[in-house]
Amino acid sequence: MTVAAATALRANPDRNFRYWLLTPAIFLLLLVGLFPLFYSLVVSFMRIDMMDTDTSFAGLYNYANMFKDKRLWAALGHTLLITVIALPIELLLGLAMAYLFLEKLPGRQIFISLLVLPTIISPIVAGATWRLLFDNRYGPINQVLGWFAGHPVTALWTINPHLVYPAIIFCEIWQWTPFMFLILLAALSNVDKSQTEAAAIDGAGFFRTFRRIVLPAIWPVMAIAILIRGLDLARIFDIIWALTSGGPGTMTETISVYTYAQGFKQFETSYTAAIAFLVIVILTIVVTWAIRRMGLAK
Amino acid sequence: MSSLPFHRRKNVRLTLRYFLACMLVLIFVFPVYWLFIISFKTPDEIFAFPPVWYPKSIQFSNYMVLFKDGDAETVLNSLILATASTFIAMILGTIAAYSLVRFKTGGENLAVWIISQRMMPPVAIVFPVFLLYVFFGWVDTFFGLILLYTAFNLPYVIWMMRGYIEDIPLELEESALVDGCSRWAVLWKVVMPMARSGLFATAVFTFVFAWNEFLFALVLTRTEVTTYTVQVTHYFGGQSNFWAKIAAMSVLGTIPVFFAVATMQRYLVRGISMGAVKG
Repeated sequence: MTVAAATALRANPDRNFRYWLLTPAIFLLLLVGLFPLFYSLVVSFMRIDMMDTDTSFAGLYNYANMFKDKRLWAALGHTLLITVIALPIELLLGLAMAYLFLEKLPGRQIFISLLVLPTIISPIVAGATWRLLFDNRYGPINQVLGWFAGHPVTALWTINPHLVYPAIIFCEIWQWTPFMFLILLAALSNVDKSQTEAAAIDGAGFFRTFRRIVLPAIWPVMAIAILIRGLDLARIFDIIWALTSGGPGTMTETISVYTYAQGFKQFETSYTAAIAFLVIVILTIVVTWAIRRMGLAK
Repeated sequence: MSSLPFHRRKNVRLTLRYFLACMLVLIFVFPVYWLFIISFKTPDEIFAFPPVWYPKSIQFSNYMVLFKDGDAETVLNSLILATASTFIAMILGTIAAYSLVRFKTGGENLAVWIISQRMMPPVAIVFPVFLLYVFFGWVDTFFGLILLYTAFNLPYVIWMMRGYIEDIPLELEESALVDGCSRWAVLWKVVMPMARSGLFATAVFTFVFAWNEFLFALVLTRTEVTTYTVQVTHYFGGQSNFWAKIAAMSVLGTIPVFFAVATMQRYLVRGISMGAVKG
């Protein structure tokens, strides 16, 4: 392709063509992207709830209420807790698995296909499946634990306050480690082998080679994988809904579950809008910071 | 170890890796196995203590019930929603991506804004959208959900198709233009066919997203367009669950995805990582 040719193509008469191509997509994106943002912002300064449709300007009323709302901060804390535990485990386990399948192995392709199954099923189905697995009496998990313990185990995985988080994180890790695995496997396969071999000949150990040669090579891909998973974890809803619905009480309520409850159970229209806006702001800040920090901005 | 000959050491290593691989597959596949197996169990087998690890015979009565009660129709609803929204998102997204790539419309800023829309937390969108839909009477309609799924998938489609379209040589389009094709004809007769493999790969993931989606469906459907994911949660109970129905419904909803992904396996990596890994 030449510069002249590209210019010719661009200078072709039908000048509005390129805008016609974009119009429907932009319209839809504004509808689901900008409209909710704008709406949330406006309504969050009013006082609309189930009883009252007061649309007069209420100032920072809803935002002030947030500081007193312990359930909101708890929900943010739960979301953070799940994220900081599940994300590193998924990453490290995925990386270890990627190394395991990096070299030749008989039936490698079949293994990989089977390992990817959890990632492609619906999170709701994943949650439902683990609900069945975790059942205290008819589920296989307590049964297997019983074999090791030597006596029957009747742990209430989705009810016992000490066990709900392990249950949720287990399910989460089960579903999304294969995602990390698949991406990291592709990234590792692209690392220049002559470099790692040269390092091995020079007597560099595994960790040294990994830190100096492999990690810089796979980092751009790994950073995006971390970003995608981090974002998904920050908005986790389906798995919680299927496993615990936020219970016992509000113990496993994440920010998404809490926002849902405020909007569709308490009908706190204005307050929900304020929370939605807060969530968008927090995520935007964190993501922008993460993109800079991870060197993804170009 | 060091006293062993080199090839023996290599064999030990391979055996160990093989063993680990098998253990991993066992752990990751077992839950899926359990889901399938429960859907074929009789009530006696489901509520047996200790649990039955494999059913004595395969029987389909759990599925029969779903078809008889009409619950299985929710899978059809999911199919309509996912297919229609994928189709529309692919067309709108591809032509938008073409504009971004060939004419640099809006520059880098527009492209970044589009991908940033993907980061929107669904829960922050769903509430305003719900009120909007109530106003227009779009709640519980196919139109409403197709519109939303299409819009939600657009950033992904545009982002992915941008990469594929960049790979198409410009000369082909030029010669078509010289031959007297209109702009639209170039798009349909040159660009679309050239980007075919990219279109399919992207479509699979768009389809899977719409197929597996839950939150929007939960909020925006009532009885007419209930999806299978929402239907599964209807079988959850406070004290007891309808286990057979949960399992059978989940399997009905999972098989099409397995099928879609299996046929598109070679595109899996590039699709899953949003083009981060050139697969």
